[in-house]
Amino acid sequence: MKKSLLQGVALAAVLALGWYLYSNTVANLAERNIATGFGFLRRESGFEIGESLIAYGAADTYLRALVVGLLNTFQVAGAGIAAATVLGFVVGLSALSPNLLLRALARVYVEFFRNTPLLVQLFFWYALITEALPSPREALSPVSGLFLSNRGIFFPLPGNVPVLEGFNFLGGAHLSPELAALLAGLVVYTAAFIGEIVRAGIQAVPRGQVDAGYAIGLRRPQALRRVVLPQALRMIVPPLTSQYLNLTKNSSLAVAIGYPDFVSVVNTTLNQTGQAIEGIALIMAAYLTASLAISAFMNWYNARIQLK
Amino acid sequence: MKFLRDNFFSSWPNALLTLALGAAFLAVVPRFLDWALISAVWSGPSSACRAAEGACWAYVNEKQRFIFFGTYPYDEHWRPAVATAVLIGLWVFSALRRFWKAWLAVVWFAGLAVIGVLMWGGVLGLPYVENERWGGLILTLLLATFGMALAFPIAILLALGRRSTLPVMRALCVAYIELIRGVPLISLLFMASVMLPLFLPSGVTIDKLLRAQIALILFAAAYLAEVVRGGLQAIPKAQYEMADALGLGAFQKMFYVVLPQALRIAVPPLVNTFIGLFKDTSLVAIIGLFDLLAAVKVGLNEPAWSGFGVEAYLFACLVYFVFCYAMSRYSRTLELRRGRTPALDAGGG
Repeated sequence: MKKSLLQGVALAAVLALGWYLYSNTVANLAERNIATGFGFLRRESGFEIGESLIAYGAADTYLRALVVGLLNTFQVAGAGIAAATVLGFVVGLSALSPNLLLRALARVYVEFFRNTPLLVQLFFWYALITEALPSPREALSPVSGLFLSNRGIFFPLPGNVPVLEGFNFLGGAHLSPELAALLAGLVVYTAAFIGEIVRAGIQAVPRGQVDAGYAIGLRRPQALRRVVLPQALRMIVPPLTSQYLNLTKNSSLAVAIGYPDFVSVVNTTLNQTGQAIEGIALIMAAYLTASLAISAFMNWYNARIQLK
Repeated sequence: MKFLRDNFFSSWPNALLTLALGAAFLAVVPRFLDWALISAVWSGPSSACRAAEGACWAYVNEKQRFIFFGTYPYDEHWRPAVATAVLIGLWVFSALRRFWKAWLAVVWFAGLAVIGVLMWGGVLGLPYVENERWGGLILTLLLATFGMALAFPIAILLALGRRSTLPVMRALCVAYIELIRGVPLISLLFMASVMLPLFLPSGVTIDKLLRAQIALILFAAAYLAEVVRGGLQAIPKAQYEMADALGLGAFQKMFYVVLPQALRIAVPPLVNTFIGLFKDTSLVAIIGLFDLLAAVKVGLNEPAWSGFGVEAYLFACLVYFVFCYAMSRYSRTLELRRGRTPALDAGGG
């Protein structure tokens, strides 16, 4: 009896707070003449978006603009997760290398990038690309066909090599300075955390397992790949999942360096329409969906690699 | 010799790796040192930087007051400086295990009162400074401190609620925690800056700093709740049963037996959460607050100093790093100490 009363009171308090905020909001919206509902999605957006995976122009609808932003977020998150995983495993394995030099390098990497804010790192990468790299005419080309310039990074695709035309490159594939800085920041930052997870996961595998591997004639790389890693993965996957979620959420910092990700497009939209509530609701819905999707996939993968 | 062989030349691939890495170091490190130290310009106008090959630390030198104190009135800069020192002092003091006593709370209240008087002024002959003008390092430290301190009680309630046997309570707490943890902080900050004014009755306004602080508190509470829950889960069932055997009520059991132990266990992950929050305060720069990062960034908008972003952000990284690294070493020491002595030792209690 006492318990249900307590719960009833808690629920009533939450509902009352909700109703209070709701009625205030309705009054404020009416006072400021702001429309409600998602009708604005079908209206013309009137703004350009710098980078898009689908055809888009200022005459298109807000809905299409949001889809452009969403695809950009997917692109960054997908590429970022893949690259951060690879780099993270390299860092984690380096931290356990018999070579002191490599070990120290991994240590310094992890400590430095984990202990500084991602946003500062993003600004740093963006400044590095736009300020320190030369103009396309004097672009650095460490490998033939790859060009680093303050207009971004150009790299060749099969049968399509970037060539300098006037003030910029044509052909090949292109990462804009914004996208390159965002990816560099997200990957380097997240890889530091993944590196620690990988190192801890591998260290949790008992030493006897490696010795047993040697005893049946495996070399170090083989023992690592065939004996240690499969066991370590079971320790690694759950915290790795939360790093993937973090990277996806952190990709929203794109708004700070001007890459048109979902949050940045929604931000422009809500500044133009004033419909903040709908905008924030869209952001939350999109990220919650993405979080649930990644969690579901990783849980499935985790269940698959567990001991049966 | 053995050390060298074990660490650098234990096998052929290892020896090759040593040589390759050594060559890479020799190629990169001297050039970096030359840029960062030898050819660097430490003071003077931006024209001196543009003429030089090395790093332009003159930017940081020129803007140091601005970076640490933001737009706070120039003649009053000693006030945020002292406030910064007091706040850092409070943290260092609280880090020492022997001061983990009830009177620590009193020390904190006294310290924060001093900081409040210094920052706002308006009493003791100090001119009043509205908090729109606060900025720089002290703003970052205050946002993180209050974010953590005020999120903490909420987090404890949420963690207890999540472990509660009452289904409605549990559902409400789970919904809150998962909703906040599922969305990016920047969306909460946007929400605080554009939506919070809509939530309030018309005529009531709260300033930008407070709005951002509320968002940070609500955000940190969800993450802290999970840390506290981890601590609660580590308490053996026998502890609850012993409290029952002593005839303690539910409230007494929680506050005298379970929570003190759970929080003690949770200290290292709590420090890690605090590091995360400290780094995350930099996001307030996006919604137009003048924290350390924004102060570093805004000077670059001047035409004279445009193009020195690399140096400016490296310096910002360094400042954040000093704080975060110190805290992460501290958290590590606590964990190691816990590994050595029984987790639930009575010392200090």
